[in-house]
Amino acid sequence: MRLKTIARKLIPYGAITPLALIVLVAYVGTVLWSIKISLTSSRSLPTDTFVGMTQYAKLFENERWLLSIENLAIYSVLFIVASMVIGFLLAAFIDQKVKAEGVLRTVFLYPYAMSFVATGLVWQWMLTPGIGIENAVRQWGFPNFEFDWIIDQDKVIYTIVIATVWQTSGLVMAMMLAGLRGIDQEIWKATRLDGIPAWRVYLSIILPMMAPTLATVFLLLSTAAIKLFDSVVAMTQGGPGTASEVPAKFIMDHLFGRANIALASAGAVMLLVPVVALLAPYMYARMHARSNARSHATSAVNKKEVPLNKVSRGAT
Amino acid sequence: MAKAEVLHWWTSSSESAAVKTIADAYRKAGGVWVDTAIAGADQARAVAINRIVGGNAPVAAQFNTTKQFQDLVEQNMLNNMDDVAAAEGWDKLLPDTVLNVIRIKGHYYAVPVNLHMQTWFWYSKAAFKKAGIAKEPATIDELFAALDKLKAAGLVGLAHGGQAWQETIVFQAMLANVGGKDLYLKVIRDRDAKAINSDAFKNVLLAFKRMQSYIDAGSPGRNWNDATAMLISGKAGFQIMGDWVKGEFAAAKQTAGKDFGCIAGFNPTAPYLIQGDAFVFPKTTVEPVVRAQKLLAKTLMTPSVQIEFNKLKGSIPIRSDVDTSSMDLCAQTGMAIMKDKSRVLGISEVYLTPDQNGALQDILTAFWNTKMPVEKVQKSIVNALKE
Repeated sequence: MRLKTIARKLIPYGAITPLALIVLVAYVGTVLWSIKISLTSSRSLPTDTFVGMTQYAKLFENERWLLSIENLAIYSVLFIVASMVIGFLLAAFIDQKVKAEGVLRTVFLYPYAMSFVATGLVWQWMLTPGIGIENAVRQWGFPNFEFDWIIDQDKVIYTIVIATVWQTSGLVMAMMLAGLRGIDQEIWKATRLDGIPAWRVYLSIILPMMAPTLATVFLLLSTAAIKLFDSVVAMTQGGPGTASEVPAKFIMDHLFGRANIALASAGAVMLLVPVVALLAPYMYARMHARSNARSHATSAVNKKEVPLNKVSRGAT
Repeated sequence: MAKAEVLHWWTSSSESAAVKTIADAYRKAGGVWVDTAIAGADQARAVAINRIVGGNAPVAAQFNTTKQFQDLVEQNMLNNMDDVAAAEGWDKLLPDTVLNVIRIKGHYYAVPVNLHMQTWFWYSKAAFKKAGIAKEPATIDELFAALDKLKAAGLVGLAHGGQAWQETIVFQAMLANVGGKDLYLKVIRDRDAKAINSDAFKNVLLAFKRMQSYIDAGSPGRNWNDATAMLISGKAGFQIMGDWVKGEFAAAKQTAGKDFGCIAGFNPTAPYLIQGDAFVFPKTTVEPVVRAQKLLAKTLMTPSVQIEFNKLKGSIPIRSDVDTSSMDLCAQTGMAIMKDKSRVLGISEVYLTPDQNGALQDILTAFWNTKMPVEKVQKSIVNALKE
């Protein structure tokens, strides 16, 4: 009898151990490994010749890296804001009990299901002056129309924003819609009785209630922005020149083509910094919210999860 | 049985046809060929290095005849092929530029299989006709005159794929033709700050930038084969690119000398910049594997393999003693130039580490695409090549 209770207590630990080990070895382990490599003089093979912070110094003398950081900053802000605004508007639109909701949802969500390596090529064609959108508009009778951002040093990064927002807003819509469906209908009835305009309800009541959804979406978009790579490779290969370089591409180039894994690791470690800076306060807030929720018995997280399942089932 | 797993990145249709000739010859010599083709040179090299480090090395792996495998040699991870090299007399057969890459501290660590000349000036005869250019330009001034004529006729002067590596090719062509051999070596091999800051090098950079005024607006991001298509259709006059473009011309049923022309250099002493593919042999002492490696090394350089392989690949044989009469006009021109050993130099990757070469590429593409003052370019190149 007693043995059984001990076993019962141990089983959960046994079940969680493999996962914990994978997290420790595959995530924490590789992070530590990258930090170690970034402190050595490794080139195509890892070596143990430690050179201190030299690689970091080199990194911040490298014009291409500095440009990548600048591009990432511009991209992240625009990408996150635009995806969230458009995603929310789409969700609010679909939430008006429109006809053929399922079809619309699938249409909006579809871009996310496709690999950007494929769609990036299509975007590249559309944006290339002479053959794409520019040419089409000219043939519609606007011979002086110009849209050559993708070959413009200063504007090329915005074309990447446009293409990736197109891809991501559908997913944001699905998550926002789940959040909207989690709002109690009684609230809508009450605001209607009070005669409050719909936009005001969204702004002052619904959005604050959707805070956990917004936080999740924000976190997803932030990580997507930081690891931006395939879209750039598919659309511009970092060009023209180095105008649309991003840190992830810098790291991949130096890791393989340029056989400089130490510098690449230093870059990777620098990319980890904003992620940790972003994640830490968020995790702290979530943990706080969870312990509060537990004491209140009704959890905002649970409320959100039910309709999310419904939506994803409907969309597939 | 000498069983050899060979890791390479020859996956396009012409490339896989070419590699099949090696595989067949190896089988005929009594070996067993196990083909591991990985698309993309960077990826293939990454896999090769990971497998060597991880203790599951292939019997042979493809690299370029550049500094790419130098780290592997320094870490003592490759078998040398000294006895094959001695028996076959590589020292007499191979150009010095190649020997200097594969012979490290007196040992031979790679078997080169082909040579690509990277800085050919290809031109479209149809475009020349439209622009009224009577004869092939023979000097750099005539080149610019021809480009001006093409531009005036409403054609694209230079069909350029606006990607960083392609810009580096245009630069190297300018350094070889405008700067000449001595300046080329001083800048690319010796990384001499005085030469980089000189007026002669400044002229090279300005000629490079001048080429940029002959491209079309759709150039950024274009692939090299799309640029070749502009020559095939007669929309553009020139393209500066390696001899792999012959595959595109061949696929469009165009012949060298009739539909398109190829110029190796505008100066009779202009460097002939080569680069090629080679196989390295990961370290092992297992007797059958070593035997397989040596058999493969011998097969790769057999004259008949060299001719058949290079005809399909679009490159030229690594050996100077093979009969080239069955190859096309441009390949024969190349082989003739190869006889003058003083003209044969390597491309920048032969002399620079992948990292230095990449840093140079970053600066050149920035110069090509922005309004960067030429003095700043010179300063940046000195910095990038310092270590």
